[in-house]
Amino acid sequence: MVIILWGSQIGTADLRTLGSQMAHNLAAQMVEQSQIRNFCIIAHIDHGKSTLADRLLEQTGAISAREMREQVLDTMDLERERGITIKAQAVRLHHRSGDGRAYVINLIDTPGHVDFSYEVSRSLAACEGALLLADAAQGVQAQTLANAYLAVNAGLEVIPALNKIDLPAADPDRVTQELIGILGGSASEVLALSAKTGEGVPALLDEVVRRVPPPAGDREAPLRALVFDSYYDSYRGVVCYVRVVDGSLLAGDQIRFMATSESHTADEVGVLTPKAVPVHELGPGEVGYLITGVKEIGRIKVGDTITHARRPASQALPGYAEPKPMVFSGLFPTDGDDFERLREALEKLTLNDASLQYEPETSRALGFGFRVGFLGLLHMEIIRERLEREYGLDLVATAPSVAFRVHLNSGDLREIRSPQDLPEPDYRTSIDEPYVQVMIITPAEYIGSVMELIQSRRGLEGSMHYLSPERVELTYQVPLSEVVFDFFDLLKSRTKGYASLDYEPSGYRPSDLVKVDVLLNSVPVDAFSAIVHRDKAAAYGKLMTERLRELIPRQLFDIPIQAAIGGRIIARETVKARRKDVLAKCYGGDVTRKRKLLERQKEGKKRMKMVGSVEVPQEAFVAALRVDAD
Amino acid sequence: MLLSESTPIDWPDSPELADRAAAWAAAYIHIPFCSRLCPYCDFAVVTGRDADFDRYLDALGAEIDSEPAWKQLDAVYFGGGTPSIIEPTLLAQVLERLDKRFGLATDAEISLEANPEDWTLAKAVTLRAAGFNRVSFGAQSFEQRTLISLGRRHRPQQIEAAVLSAREAGFSSVNLDLIYGSAGEDVARWTSSVDQALGLGLDHLSCYGLTVEPGTDLYRRISEGAPAPDPDLQADQWERANALATNAGLVRYEVSNWARPGHPVRYNLAVWAQADFLGFGLSAHRLRDGIRSHNFRRFDTYLDALASGSAAPIAGSEEVSGWDRELERLFLGLRRAAGVISGAGGAALAASMDGKRLEEAGVIDFDRDRLRVRKPLLTDAASRAVLALPPP
Repeated sequence: MVIILWGSQIGTADLRTLGSQMAHNLAAQMVEQSQIRNFCIIAHIDHGKSTLADRLLEQTGAISAREMREQVLDTMDLERERGITIKAQAVRLHHRSGDGRAYVINLIDTPGHVDFSYEVSRSLAACEGALLLADAAQGVQAQTLANAYLAVNAGLEVIPALNKIDLPAADPDRVTQELIGILGGSASEVLALSAKTGEGVPALLDEVVRRVPPPAGDREAPLRALVFDSYYDSYRGVVCYVRVVDGSLLAGDQIRFMATSESHTADEVGVLTPKAVPVHELGPGEVGYLITGVKEIGRIKVGDTITHARRPASQALPGYAEPKPMVFSGLFPTDGDDFERLREALEKLTLNDASLQYEPETSRALGFGFRVGFLGLLHMEIIRERLEREYGLDLVATAPSVAFRVHLNSGDLREIRSPQDLPEPDYRTSIDEPYVQVMIITPAEYIGSVMELIQSRRGLEGSMHYLSPERVELTYQVPLSEVVFDFFDLLKSRTKGYASLDYEPSGYRPSDLVKVDVLLNSVPVDAFSAIVHRDKAAAYGKLMTERLRELIPRQLFDIPIQAAIGGRIIARETVKARRKDVLAKCYGGDVTRKRKLLERQKEGKKRMKMVGSVEVPQEAFVAALRVDAD
Repeated sequence: MLLSESTPIDWPDSPELADRAAAWAAAYIHIPFCSRLCPYCDFAVVTGRDADFDRYLDALGAEIDSEPAWKQLDAVYFGGGTPSIIEPTLLAQVLERLDKRFGLATDAEISLEANPEDWTLAKAVTLRAAGFNRVSFGAQSFEQRTLISLGRRHRPQQIEAAVLSAREAGFSSVNLDLIYGSAGEDVARWTSSVDQALGLGLDHLSCYGLTVEPGTDLYRRISEGAPAPDPDLQADQWERANALATNAGLVRYEVSNWARPGHPVRYNLAVWAQADFLGFGLSAHRLRDGIRSHNFRRFDTYLDALASGSAAPIAGSEEVSGWDRELERLFLGLRRAAGVISGAGGAALAASMDGKRLEEAGVIDFDRDRLRVRKPLLTDAASRAVLALPPP
């Protein structure tokens, strides 16, 4: 039996906190489209987006000073620590403009990392305007620029703004010129703010009202609402963030998700002030949340279009795409008994992260685990950290890999996500690998060094564009596998931290790829296999064999460590047999102590994995597979 | 002759000798006093307590008297600390006390550790007259710079003088302890040390790899960046010592011990055979009637316990029985060149994965009913495997 709870039942409608009655009354008022503005803030990490959002919430009274936590829009601890926004959120602000009229302004938060660019694009699709925020000292960064281009291409009105003008190092004139160089317009259109001191903030919302167009939906047309984000709430199930484009979404409506063809009841609709406040109706141009009772986040897709079951729209809103993992890694519990716990933890994480994909994987060396797909390396790190921190799991992660496409002799094309799955050379004709278009903004003085790095990473089809005499934008096609692991760290170190990076998928290209295996005492260790470009195979083999020589403790016999392509050995190291493993003395007074010492040492050995007859400590897997460059 | 004429003289590494030691009665006496602390030492020692010699010996006597009656002793070992730092007459009194309490076999081995620094002919004569017949000198090295790095104050010439005076006084068994693997000591320097030691015509030689024990000054220095002993170099040094000692007619009968026939240390053979043995003094250990126990390690606590006359100075004890006892038997026996009777533990080892790997690597072998370590420098690999064996 299904009990449908209507949105008016406020008493039960606590998403996380109860909205105040006053906020409810305000929110529940019908809003004319001409009085609505939807905008987002595009900014690089640390350029002050969250602080600015806090100021706006304070200024509009959406949240009292007493309730004020810093950066209320970032809800997860991890985000706080990393200073990145992972999940977009939307907040309804009430603003009385200089023209004397009251406006509803929806501030839609956007993720700030390249791993989440699809989510950025959906957030942008929910807006008519974007505030392009640049640090007045650091200038425009590649990430910001990429998102600004996304916004311009999505038809958004982009308002350039400088933040942190209070900084002693601020150079407003230079950064203003950069912003004009990118967006056109004149210097007078660039706002100057300090989110920290509040300077320029009061005028900001007036500018948003003046420059961002009101939403242009048709109230009478069939419902079309964009799901631009979602999260899982343990009490309410999946909560969708929606932007109504045409028609109206009412609590109690029978609705249909056009991409998935799933039908549900709109159990509750509401707005975030930022507290969740149920409303009767969301009209065209309005932004709010929707609860349907769906419990699995994978069943509701970000980017999907919601319409009415009875009177469906003929065409969905554009831009929907399945989230596509870019990076794959095997995750194995160090203690084999934790396999079920890992499975449960992954299940729980996918409840609120639809982009996370996993399937069981077996490794001879590491036992049972999962092949997990991630949006990118940051996403991978976040998930691993959550698994270890929130679920108390101790994990070994295999070397991250991208998805390759293998042309088989049969003419079939097969996608492989793990080196183990690569068919033997006799069964394949060629391998394609994913490329990305890389955009780098760097101070001009580092161009040579940056280009050298890109070339060492097999970059192609480069182009260069001066944003200003001091700063250059470089664009290249580079294999994803060359970018995704340590490229950003190397870029940062070569440019003293000044360069910024963005990239987007640009299709597959054929490459001369080989599988490098690592053998311990002639036994291949699947966890260490990698698919790499032929020119890099020797370097990979050398790196792994050298690392392992340091990491594998000496044992009773010599242990050859080899890297091989097929049957051809390309690198070799040896762990020499242990020669001395004995206590100097054990007399009457020592017996108990010495015996306990040896028993403890034996306990330590239990954490070893056996690879053939070789004992390999867990730490060796972790350390040998670490991603960072030496 | 140390052993009586009626006893056949065993080769030091003979299984018969090793196994027969299980029936011997041995006692250990701990003399904790030292003139200074050596940087590598983690034994129970005290410095600057010379005024307490008498109190300590009184306590020792009280402890001996309170020990339940036992067999006549075949071996007594005075270890330290530095037993030779004490007036020989006082050591003689302790020996007398033991004799009174338990009796000493006519051919009993009465051994003491001594420092070449304080050894004199007069002391040697007195001790010999009191019944001591074996002396073990803490020589450590014949290289002056190695002695300095080990914190030892004696000069190499004093070692030679000490050995000669012990001989002159009639000690029938003389040992030197040497330490290899000190900072800056290469194989050549070590060879020179061993050569000089063997040149003195020793009955017994002990060579110990320098071991870094937590809590010692050496440990602190190394954790602050000083070079740690190199196990490969120590392996080379051990092999060199083994070759030189063998050439000099000594036989290796334990990981770190070489002896002429008739001169293996009885007290140690008894311990390695898992015989019951008695222990008296600060921090002394014993195994008696299936219980291993040990005394207080703090000097004053030990003295107070005995002064009060009520409590035994026992700081802790554990029962050694059943499967634990069997594994301990192997663990102790494996250190001997003679190996150990396989028994139930050996059978379990032979059947285990670890045991098979050790056998395959030539570390151990099973010869009829005997389990032996064939690569003495890898003894602990076998010991760890033994101690982890589950009961059958």
